[in-house]
Amino acid sequence: MSESYLPPGLPIPVPEPSGLSRPYWEGVRGEVLKVQRNPKTGVYQWPPQWICHDTQTFDVEWVEVAPKGVIYSWTRVWHPVHPALKEVGPYIVVVVELPHAGKVRMLGNLLGDPRQAVVIGAPVEAVFEHHNDAAPPFTLVQWRTIGGEAG
Amino acid sequence: MTRRSLRGRVAAAGVGETAYYRHGQAPEPEFVLCLKAILAACEDAGIDPRDIDGFASYSNDRNDPPSLATALGTHQLRFSNMQWGGGGGGGAGAMANAAAAIAGGLADCVVVYRALAQGQFGRFGQGSRANTITGDSALTNPYGQMSPAQYYAPKAMRFMHEHDIGQEALRAIAMASYHHAQANPRAVMYGRPLTEQGYDESRWITEPFHLYDCCMENDGAAAIILVSAERARDLKQTPAFVLGAAIGAGYRVHSTQAGFATPDLASSHFKTVARHMYEMAEVGPTDVDVVQCYENFTGGVLMSLVEHGFFAPEEAMDFLKLENLIAPTGKLPLNTSGGNLAECYMHGLELQIEAVRQLRGQSTSQVAGAKVSLAVAGPMVTPVSTIIFGSEAVL
Repeated sequence: MSESYLPPGLPIPVPEPSGLSRPYWEGVRGEVLKVQRNPKTGVYQWPPQWICHDTQTFDVEWVEVAPKGVIYSWTRVWHPVHPALKEVGPYIVVVVELPHAGKVRMLGNLLGDPRQAVVIGAPVEAVFEHHNDAAPPFTLVQWRTIGGEAG
Repeated sequence: MTRRSLRGRVAAAGVGETAYYRHGQAPEPEFVLCLKAILAACEDAGIDPRDIDGFASYSNDRNDPPSLATALGTHQLRFSNMQWGGGGGGGAGAMANAAAAIAGGLADCVVVYRALAQGQFGRFGQGSRANTITGDSALTNPYGQMSPAQYYAPKAMRFMHEHDIGQEALRAIAMASYHHAQANPRAVMYGRPLTEQGYDESRWITEPFHLYDCCMENDGAAAIILVSAERARDLKQTPAFVLGAAIGAGYRVHSTQAGFATPDLASSHFKTVARHMYEMAEVGPTDVDVVQCYENFTGGVLMSLVEHGFFAPEEAMDFLKLENLIAPTGKLPLNTSGGNLAECYMHGLELQIEAVRQLRGQSTSQVAGAKVSLAVAGPMVTPVSTIIFGSEAVL
């Protein structure tokens, strides 16, 4: 992508020193979406944890999941609370559920017209938004409706 | 084995607050505000401040018990307690912790307090200024999702979607607070009534929250003195007895920042907590005469009232009409001091005080003969908390 949905200046995501979320952040740099799964039970979890919440075992595995989902909920933000967003109009935040990955949920922006009607239940696909000029570089997982107006 | 319960064993004996100010307008340091609120509560109860032997607060209040005990010259310190969890979710929890300490013999006279002078520190409603960010916040802040209103809006949005609830329900909640504030000279919004048109025309903060769906940010301090039921009966005010209280959340309720991942997203997280509170109190929602319900955002009040059993989600549009929510005639008078929206954002401790005043007959929007008074602390966070008070007649 040549341009990001929101302007630069927002906090840059980095893995914590412990490295818990590093596989996710490294994965999205290469346009691979990874979440955690319990190897014994197949139960998914997100955000990352040190332990499988269903069996209390520490053998959590990272697995690639299809970068698509459905809109579970949303908000359209009109009142900015960060200087980088001062001159930005409304923007849309969506909560996306991944039905094929144990219904884990992720949060991102819905690309396209910020004043578009947002439909709960609408299918969406991920768009990997690379911020290569940031220090350090990072990638955000954005979403666009499938077959919708967003591009 | 005796039944483990707080019911009837502890009472609120004194309440006090400073003047309430607009954000950044406090003329004194936050610590001084805190001391003055505590002294006002002691005066109200008719006790010597030096007899306070316990302190309880929440939301990482900056005024620590050793500093307060030293400043006030209390004879001894026996209980110092901080309820985990940010936001106003711990307001009733701090009351419950104080009551548990008294019932369990750890202390005799505990003050629950909250002081805020955000102009002297940081504001809640502002985003992080950090250059880099880690953990749960890294999954939200880079998308412009970084304030409480933004974190909680999708919860209310999903609930309203699932149950076909319109903006009018949120408007009625906002208008009830503003209505009651017009009778309360302490209220920051005293003399500033809100009309339906004023609500409808107000700007969006983040959908589904208009400006008037969001709490204020204020300066001031508030305090409540708790003692044993026996001692409260000998003091000068009519006791407000603790009937029941509960703290917590349901299954895997994530941090505010990772709240999008909570399995039960469209919830205020009182489903388990309200049940425990009612069980201890031995009363149910139909027994409640008046409700103070923390408005961080009106959508949280909507879900809290449902999860406290006052109406089903499908009944929300019929129930949440202004005439049902105002004292003295409404069937469920709500936020009768003006609450966080219009009295003062004292992180919900002003709601606890109002619940006590209703049982004393001292509210500026009094519910005649109120005997059971509910005070719900900040919804949608974790842990949340809730407490219910009763008059002598209920014990």
